[in-house]
Amino acid sequence: MKKSPHMTALTAAVLVAAMAPMAVQAQQKSTADGIAEYRKMLEDGNPADLFEAKGEDLWKQKRGPKAASLERCDLGKGPGVVKGTFVELPRFFADTGKVQDLESRLVTCMETLQGFDAAEIAKTPFGRGEMANVTALATWVAASSRGMRFNLPQSHPEEKKSYEIGKRVFFFRGGPMDFSCAGCHSVDGQRIRLQDLPNLTKNPGDGVGFAAWPAYRVSNGQMWSMQLRLNDCYRQQRFPYPGFASDITVALGTYMGVNAKGAQSIAPSIKR
Amino acid sequence: MTKKPFLFSLAAVSAAVLLASCASVPAGPTAAELDAETLKLIQVAFRDQGIAKVDRIKQDLGQSACSSDKEPTEAVADAVTAQAKNTVKWPTGGQYIGNWREGERIAQSGRGLTWTDSSAATSANGGSCYNCHQVSKEEISYGTIGPSLYNYGKNRGVRDIMAPTSQPIIEYTWMKIWNSKSYNACSNMPRFGHMGILDEKQIAHVMALLLDPNSPVNK
Repeated sequence: MKKSPHMTALTAAVLVAAMAPMAVQAQQKSTADGIAEYRKMLEDGNPADLFEAKGEDLWKQKRGPKAASLERCDLGKGPGVVKGTFVELPRFFADTGKVQDLESRLVTCMETLQGFDAAEIAKTPFGRGEMANVTALATWVAASSRGMRFNLPQSHPEEKKSYEIGKRVFFFRGGPMDFSCAGCHSVDGQRIRLQDLPNLTKNPGDGVGFAAWPAYRVSNGQMWSMQLRLNDCYRQQRFPYPGFASDITVALGTYMGVNAKGAQSIAPSIKR
Repeated sequence: MTKKPFLFSLAAVSAAVLLASCASVPAGPTAAELDAETLKLIQVAFRDQGIAKVDRIKQDLGQSACSSDKEPTEAVADAVTAQAKNTVKWPTGGQYIGNWREGERIAQSGRGLTWTDSSAATSANGGSCYNCHQVSKEEISYGTIGPSLYNYGKNRGVRDIMAPTSQPIIEYTWMKIWNSKSYNACSNMPRFGHMGILDEKQIAHVMALLLDPNSPVNK
């Protein structure tokens, strides 16, 4: 009988789980292995592909009040250049005078080139209307740099400042539980329940942390951009609601992105 | 009289040198300026959503003292722990120990106080203990941010929770759960009693889970 690789992996996971009478450490190892196998299985059919295709389409389509495409959008490497931009964002843009991340930069292009209202898009909930389109576009732009290594520019004073502010935001404690980003993401090898926590104060490794988002979330069937990822971190930190592409969420991107220098991007990835 | 112009010119020269050194190394904002700007940006970044209001980002001393990659000075840390100790409320009628089964339920629940939760009442909240700690041996899905609490009471010699010898560790544990900053200024653990996350009864149940010799934690 011909077994698919999926079946083999599944059988292996079941076998590992069945080898029960071991020390707790060994049990944990097998649980972690099981999760790793599960993720491996998921990679074969990552629904992020659909968002990637939608994003490419949106980039080329003439849309918005000005009926224009985004093909002249400057993501940091000149108008129309997409490949390689993802691993160098956030960065400073002279035309807006601001450090921008991928999503806020896409919204700028949608406003200047296509005539959309940027403030209106920023207010739109994730997964709806033009915000869903920003996520799809971000997924495609990220995919165009798949396998490349993070190398954010830090030569402009505003880029240096963004990093310093991002670092301070990362360590800022607040809310009824006194949480900060650092509370869960500043030590190697820690977990919440069984979920591994990347140490984001340094390069956490290829395809980990900043180098894994946007990602498709299997648990809720949604495509998550970095802005949504940060938004949900703040929800779980019991903070109030961070504005989309606010200076602090962009600065957090700068902090994590600069720290991830040299890490290989696997975005868009697939997550539990 | 003759010295004055000389001094003046010396001052002018040193000022020029200072200016020159500033020009060659473009001075970025100072650390204090960055601190201030960060706080300003945080103020404008957040808005109310459901039960999560913007007053949540107004920091108290314990939060602001522990918001950098460096530990606070000893004096500041001492002020935080002293203040925290003063906040601790002891249980009504000395009821420190509740029901460990209830405690296990509270320890398992990581719910509460997010902007997607409808109520901020303590009854809606869990203790999230397993998120960060090993507690009982049966639950293998536990976090590792905090130390293992398996055999918590047993390891501390609690054989009988009514025995006077058990009282110091019972009081220590209550204080730690009520306000973790009583002992460690920058503890990562929420201040469950002080911040109104859990009420007295819920904390007593968690106490039972940790200290009752009949709890699976101490088997």
